[in-house]
Amino acid sequence: MTTPALQARGLVKRYGRVTAIDGADFDLYAGEVLAVVGDNGAGKSSLIKALSGALVPDAGIVLLDGKETRFHSPLEARQAGIETVHQTLALAPAMDIATNLFLGRELRRSGPAGSVFRLLDRREMRQQAQRQLDALGIETVQHIGQIVETLSGGQRQAVAVARAAMFGSRLVIMDEPTAALGVKESKLVLDLIRRIRDRGLPVVLISHDMPQVFEIADRIHVHRLGRRAAVVSPADASMSQVVSLMTGALQPGDEGAPSNLVG
Amino acid sequence: MTTTKPAPPVRGGRAAETLLHNPALGPLGALLVAVIVFALTTSTFLTVDNLSLVVQQSLVIATLALGQTLIVLTGGIDLANAAIMVLGTMLFARLVTEGTTPLLALLAGFAVCALLGAVSGGLVTWLNLPPFIVTLGMLTVVLAIGRLYSQGNSWPVTDNFLGVLGEGGYLFGQVKVTHGMTLVIVMFAITWYALTKTAWGKHVYALGNDPEAARLTGIHVGRTRFSVYLIAGVIYAFAAWQALGRIPNADPNAFQTGNLDSITAVVIGGTSLFGGRGSVIGTVVGALIVAVLRSGLTQAGIDSLYQDVATGVLVIAAVAFDQLARRRSR
Repeated sequence: MTTPALQARGLVKRYGRVTAIDGADFDLYAGEVLAVVGDNGAGKSSLIKALSGALVPDAGIVLLDGKETRFHSPLEARQAGIETVHQTLALAPAMDIATNLFLGRELRRSGPAGSVFRLLDRREMRQQAQRQLDALGIETVQHIGQIVETLSGGQRQAVAVARAAMFGSRLVIMDEPTAALGVKESKLVLDLIRRIRDRGLPVVLISHDMPQVFEIADRIHVHRLGRRAAVVSPADASMSQVVSLMTGALQPGDEGAPSNLVG
Repeated sequence: MTTTKPAPPVRGGRAAETLLHNPALGPLGALLVAVIVFALTTSTFLTVDNLSLVVQQSLVIATLALGQTLIVLTGGIDLANAAIMVLGTMLFARLVTEGTTPLLALLAGFAVCALLGAVSGGLVTWLNLPPFIVTLGMLTVVLAIGRLYSQGNSWPVTDNFLGVLGEGGYLFGQVKVTHGMTLVIVMFAITWYALTKTAWGKHVYALGNDPEAARLTGIHVGRTRFSVYLIAGVIYAFAAWQALGRIPNADPNAFQTGNLDSITAVVIGGTSLFGGRGSVIGTVVGALIVAVLRSGLTQAGIDSLYQDVATGVLVIAAVAFDQLARRRSR
């Protein structure tokens, strides 16, 4: 099998007596959308935090393209090419789209204007931002200078996703990207996720929405009690089977369980 | 995202949206109206001498308000700015009176003001204390230090160098542009540039907008916030120098409402007390509005207490407008 884009083995994280991650494994392959599902408190977000550098695990290893890495902050993970779309989106509402896309990664003019006077290259940033929105087919925003708070929920989500796709060179992690959206807007975000995958970036999608997971995921990682319970294919499993795996009513290997894609 | 309709326009139409995105426009309109009204109703307001005086009277508060704007943009507030400035004037004046060279006295004053700004900033940034409480404490402490250092006296300044901002200047026809005016223009221009044209400025706005979002985008939130308080401290030292240019006498009891006056200028200038929105241009206009109201109402023979009433009403109106604009944008 090919080397996973992102892999984790035996991750452990304890908070006092609470074990948030209990020997979790994780595999994400190039060109796939991997859904991570699990009941509340199963430790999904702790796992994602460990993968995106927001949390330093007590034990276990993370491998990026087969090479062992250790992130001490989200910034380090980002520099390694892992972009996260947070549930809160992390946008500055009073600033325009282009500024938000480049927030924290602004481009300066070349020459002394940039190096001495720290002058930002507004035109270049706007052009790149426009190209990115065009490439992802985000056409509804009127112009790149539009203030984010005048956008709809779906459009804001699209801006956050576009930012991740723009700077994520290895993979994109999305935390409940459609939780706050209506049906129609959710569909547009799913289209966006597909487009990102088709451009070659693997996507980790954390979601509660089973129909959505089955619609878009190539594989489903079921998380339970702080570790990976199973990985199933949406073609092979039913929604009720996945829910049963999440709650523990069904164990991998039981009669009637979908085939587990990992040992 | 090819089929969603564009977001509904801001309710209240184009005018509200324009105002929301150019928060200095409203105050600028108010300033023009005030100038026109006083020009028409009094014979003495619209004269070169009076306008020059209005500007000179607003220099110190405008400078204090410049530092205040930076802090308010981060979602903070500084109650200690005038106290820090007054301590600065005391240092300049007493050191020179006791024989220190003026340049050295100036450097010492700047260093102390910067240090006090850094103390506020450090407490807010790394101990996560609310700026209101930190600067309230600093206000009390710095006021007391200023009074102790003054030994109960005010210290007159006779040195030319310390008074140069008020005394020195250029003549354009019959209009005298003092060095103090030039300095304020330069300081506001530099700050405007830093806020709007550099990454640092974007980060200041972003962290005032939503500190958590700013952190998640990789902005060094702590470092940026601290830098704002430090820079504000340096700006207050300039305000101290301006104050000695206006009145060459360092008085420990001067500018007792300077902190509130600076907040007034910032708020009337359209900067949001919730952080992340506003501009230094608005602050200039805000400082001028206060000075114009003072002068105009005086020329019109209206009791100075009504001037305070007018200023207070303006402050509340400005904040109400800000709230309204922000609610509409949701």
